[in-house]
Amino acid sequence: MAIRQLSVFVENKQGSLHNITDAIANAGINLRSMCVADTSNYGIVRIIADDPEGAKELLDKDGQAANVRLVNAFAVPDKPGGLASVLRLLEGNGVNIEYMYALITSESGKAYSVMRTGDTEETDRILVANGIELLDESKLH
Amino acid sequence: MEKRKYYQEAIETMPVEEIKKMQSEKLVRQVAHVYKNVPYYRDLMDKKGVKPEDIKGIEDLYKLPFIEKSDLRETYPYGMLAVPLADCVRIQSTSGTTGKRVIAYYTQHDIDLWEECCARAIVAVGADREDVVQVSYGYGLFTGGPGLNGGSHKVGALTLPMSSGNTERQLQFMLDMKATVLCCTPSYAAYLGESLKEQGYTPDQIPLKAGIFGAEPWTQEMRHNIEETLGIKAYDIYGLTEISGPGVSFECSAQGGMHINEDHFLAEIINPETGEPLPEGTKGELVFTCLDKEAFPLLRYRTRDICVLTREPCPCGRTHIRMAKPMGRSDDMMIIRGVNVFPSQIEAVLLAEGFSENYLIKLGRANNSDTFDVYVELRPEQFDDSVKNITAMEKSLANAMRNMIGIGPSVHLVPPKTIARSEGKAKRVIDERNLHD
Ligand SMILES: [Zn+2]
Repeated sequence: MAIRQLSVFVENKQGSLHNITDAIANAGINLRSMCVADTSNYGIVRIIADDPEGAKELLDKDGQAANVRLVNAFAVPDKPGGLASVLRLLEGNGVNIEYMYALITSESGKAYSVMRTGDTEETDRILVANGIELLDESKLH
Repeated sequence: MEKRKYYQEAIETMPVEEIKKMQSEKLVRQVAHVYKNVPYYRDLMDKKGVKPEDIKGIEDLYKLPFIEKSDLRETYPYGMLAVPLADCVRIQSTSGTTGKRVIAYYTQHDIDLWEECCARAIVAVGADREDVVQVSYGYGLFTGGPGLNGGSHKVGALTLPMSSGNTERQLQFMLDMKATVLCCTPSYAAYLGESLKEQGYTPDQIPLKAGIFGAEPWTQEMRHNIEETLGIKAYDIYGLTEISGPGVSFECSAQGGMHINEDHFLAEIINPETGEPLPEGTKGELVFTCLDKEAFPLLRYRTRDICVLTREPCPCGRTHIRMAKPMGRSDDMMIIRGVNVFPSQIEAVLLAEGFSENYLIKLGRANNSDTFDVYVELRPEQFDDSVKNITAMEKSLANAMRNMIGIGPSVHLVPPKTIARSEGKAKRVIDERNLHD
């Protein structure tokens, strides 16, 4: 199962990040993980939260550019070369990875990875078929 | 009865050589009239060393001094008047958004020729005395309402003198009186169209068949939208109070530019930097000379509008020269790497490509060359989480701009609401080039 991710298009400038996180926190929405991709002109903040739609609505009202989409999240196999083996598997199946970041949860002992690929559904299918443990959204709440 | 194609066929389809001969005769008379009756212009001619007898025809036009907007401010209120005030029957005035108002004076002859020009524009959209013309331009000092109102009378159509505003009433009269031609600003036409749509009217339930829209810049995109929501054909009209009002030029059924009423207004294109006349087909500043107005006959008035003229034969049969829709104001013109660029061209691309019109142009210097950056706000719904797509949109916008203006900027998409909005006119250009030289 893919999980929902909120992303926000922000200015690459001090303050724009905590403006977003403050707004979300003030609405009582829990942030589980966050990652920032930036270029010289802008940044994209990607957030896993327990109510992404609610957070988007909040940002929409403020006129910000926010988007909710499905991304793949899976447990990184706990062995040497664990992550590399998943990447090889996807590459071997012709999956194109746009970005990837680590996700921290309170569940001990497990590292999770979030990725957006060219085809989220197909990626999900490949991961399941190969016995990779997926992160279920319900585990985040 | 077959519909008339022209309001004044003999004039509107006159062979070009005859038009030029007529213009030459009128120009000689007009220069004599102005030299005798307008001391301010007489001084300008004297300073340039030009006498009325030096002007033997339109080929001598270039010898005459220009009149600029600043001259009109300086001579406010009576300084350009060429007849006794008692001979005038009306004034009209500009809105004064860019400084002091300009007051234009009209004798009955001047009103008649102006209204005739508007009548030509109304007939050119396929209307005649059977039609119902709804004039929703403002009435009063603004020339829009009075001009089209008078033109509609001359055509013999039933005229609805609505003026602007009060949308409920506009729609009620449009529907109850079965208006067939709507005259207003394009933005108001779009608004009326949206209001009708909201109330559940489909284009076939709206009696209108044509619209005559002007007095503000509008795009091809807007034209399509208006045509679709109202179920009409939308025509452009051009004019300025200083020269008479709407109807200086108008679009015909061929819609390939606006025919200038050349029997009254002599058009030139000049280089806005040097004032030198440019050959037909070259982009430059539009200059008008009033050939037979009596009260306020401006000679070589610089409009600041940048456009192109063409005398290619028009399928409608009219022989009068056509002007393209103005593509910008010479005051706004930037010269970037030697190419003339107007903010309006950037705006046109943004609109056509579905982008927000909140943008900023930044010019600078690097490696002995101009840098040209355009920042554009992304609309929230255009964001889909992908850097790849943002980069692709930036590239396609840059390409579209290169196609439009000849040189390509670097386009940078930025988040919504991050480009500063100022009171009144937005600051669209930051030119830091001289800081680096
Ligand atoms: Zn024509």
